[in-house]
Amino acid sequence: MSKGRFGVHGGQYIPETLMNAVIELEQAYNKYKNDNAFEEELTELFNEYAGRPSRLYYAKHLTQKLGGAKIYLKREDLNHTGAHKINNVLGQVLLAKKMGKTRVIAETGAGQHGVATATAAALMGMECEVFMGEEDTKRQSLNVYKMRLLGAKVHPVATGTATLKDAVSETMREWTNRMEDTHYVLGSVMGPHPFPMIVRDFQAVISKEIKQQLLQKEGRLPDAVLACVGGGSNAIGAFYHFIEDSTVRLIGCEAAGRGIDTAETAATIATGRLGIFHGMKSYFCQDAYGQIAPVYSISAGLDYPGIGPEHAWLYDIGRAEYVAVTDEEAVEAFEFLSKTEGIIPAIESAHAVAHGIKMAPEMGKDKIMVINLSGRGDKDCVSVAKYRGEDIHE
Amino acid sequence: MNNLKKAFEKGKAFIPFITCGDPSLEITEQLVYAMEKAGADLIELGIAFSDPTAEGAVIQKANLRALSGGVTTDKIFDMVENIRKKTKIPLAFMTYANVVFSYGSEKFVKKAAELGMDALIIPDVPFEEKEEFAPLCKAYDIDFISLIAPTSQERIAMIAKEAEGFVYCVSSLGVTGVRSEITTDIAAMVELVKKQKEIPCAVGFGISTPEQAKDMAKKADGVIVGSAIVKLCEQYGSQCVGPVAEYVKKMKEAIS
Repeated sequence: MSKGRFGVHGGQYIPETLMNAVIELEQAYNKYKNDNAFEEELTELFNEYAGRPSRLYYAKHLTQKLGGAKIYLKREDLNHTGAHKINNVLGQVLLAKKMGKTRVIAETGAGQHGVATATAAALMGMECEVFMGEEDTKRQSLNVYKMRLLGAKVHPVATGTATLKDAVSETMREWTNRMEDTHYVLGSVMGPHPFPMIVRDFQAVISKEIKQQLLQKEGRLPDAVLACVGGGSNAIGAFYHFIEDSTVRLIGCEAAGRGIDTAETAATIATGRLGIFHGMKSYFCQDAYGQIAPVYSISAGLDYPGIGPEHAWLYDIGRAEYVAVTDEEAVEAFEFLSKTEGIIPAIESAHAVAHGIKMAPEMGKDKIMVINLSGRGDKDCVSVAKYRGEDIHE
Repeated sequence: MNNLKKAFEKGKAFIPFITCGDPSLEITEQLVYAMEKAGADLIELGIAFSDPTAEGAVIQKANLRALSGGVTTDKIFDMVENIRKKTKIPLAFMTYANVVFSYGSEKFVKKAAELGMDALIIPDVPFEEKEEFAPLCKAYDIDFISLIAPTSQERIAMIAKEAEGFVYCVSSLGVTGVRSEITTDIAAMVELVKKQKEIPCAVGFGISTPEQAKDMAKKADGVIVGSAIVKLCEQYGSQCVGPVAEYVKKMKEAIS
């Protein structure tokens, strides 16, 4: 078996042209991950620039209304740039800089990862180019503007379904073209090894903090941790330090779109099967001949036909559970959290909130649930309003 | 023994690539016969994939045209069955890992071998992952083709040692597509391969003109051309057989 395996999943299914680039990246990462100076520099960026540690907020009103488990929200939405994406990006761009790279490229779906990458590139003086599905540049025009404002060049990708998967393909193609001075800042726990490991390690700060914060507040571990899953970076970040704690249920919430019994879904665990794509073996939504399915979700950030290989493995061994949440449920949770706690969640995170709303009443009042609020929902107001039949302008 | 060796027995090999089902499987079949007649030594038959990450715009579009025309792996197998009734020209499938894996890797390789395919090229399977497919290919006597790239450097020896059939030398960085200039030192790449193993080396990616082909043929044993031919298929549609045959003839002459 090749490197970077999680059970049968993972690996490095990429063109030969890229092999030395990922080997170089792995070597650099292995060097710097145990380097105290690198760690200090990254912690300083996390704390002073991104605003970490993010709060673990006891959602009292939500808890009371639902009448079950005590609900805590991990406020990744309060990070600089408004989502968990900044954790990974600061780590990777710092690493790229240490490797002597002067240019970073990235794919983006909703635009959060693109904005985060453009931000880190501006901060660390790197050239930045972002590839974004043409469909998504229309859905998220504000983020396109932000990226340009931050000095990045945005390339709309018109191939295929013109969404996240096509943006990933196009960024891979661009990397094949220029590796010498360029690092590909992959935005999720996916792609060829070492990306799933690197992105997980940079996102694992989320569960590390949850553990410390909850021990301080409650003196114990949570009973369940919930997070939304597209590629799965915020979820793996929220799960990682609890994997060994078998009493903690880990629940990933996938985007069911209009329902897992329809073609308009992005729920990979629910509807996909084992395949090889974008550099990894994992579960993918695909047809009988292995053609990748055009997936759909109201959330541009979960609109991806695959799932990271470590999630696929956690699912295989039964350590994590994966559930599917529809557009309708996510939109209801988006509205419900806004009204009960005065927190507008990203529509991605609202998928996890929606499942929390379902689960909490079934759990005893002595139970504790943590929902990872991976991002804030300002960016989604226009599309949720549209979903509700209201036409507003940014 | 499969037929691949024959491709390199008549001087420098000319290796055209076409996407099966672009514009239709009937035309693909006609293209095979016409290209053989025009001098092709080995033909790469592309099985379309929805998301071909190693392809440039021209072949990406051909993949989508084929898929939207309803082409499937099974229909392509049927076409190869017809082709094999009429010609023994060496044939290679070129496709992506998921197309083979999802069909059932063994089922795919066995079927391809039974139909008389000679080789399999999967650009998203590097040396580190070839265990997934190469042993199956060996068992069914299909050559699993290894690729080397301008970035491969010290990896070339390791790859060449275990290579079968021929070594596919990727001429340039980036994806497939016509290029005005090829700056990689192909001769040096080929030399590194031959140091390890006496195996034919064919150069692909970016080659479109007779002059480029001639230059590449001086340094290697064969020349692979994809995008330039697929462009003709796009341009002429169902009328593409004539122009493609003419082009193949011109290219084969240039390297002979």
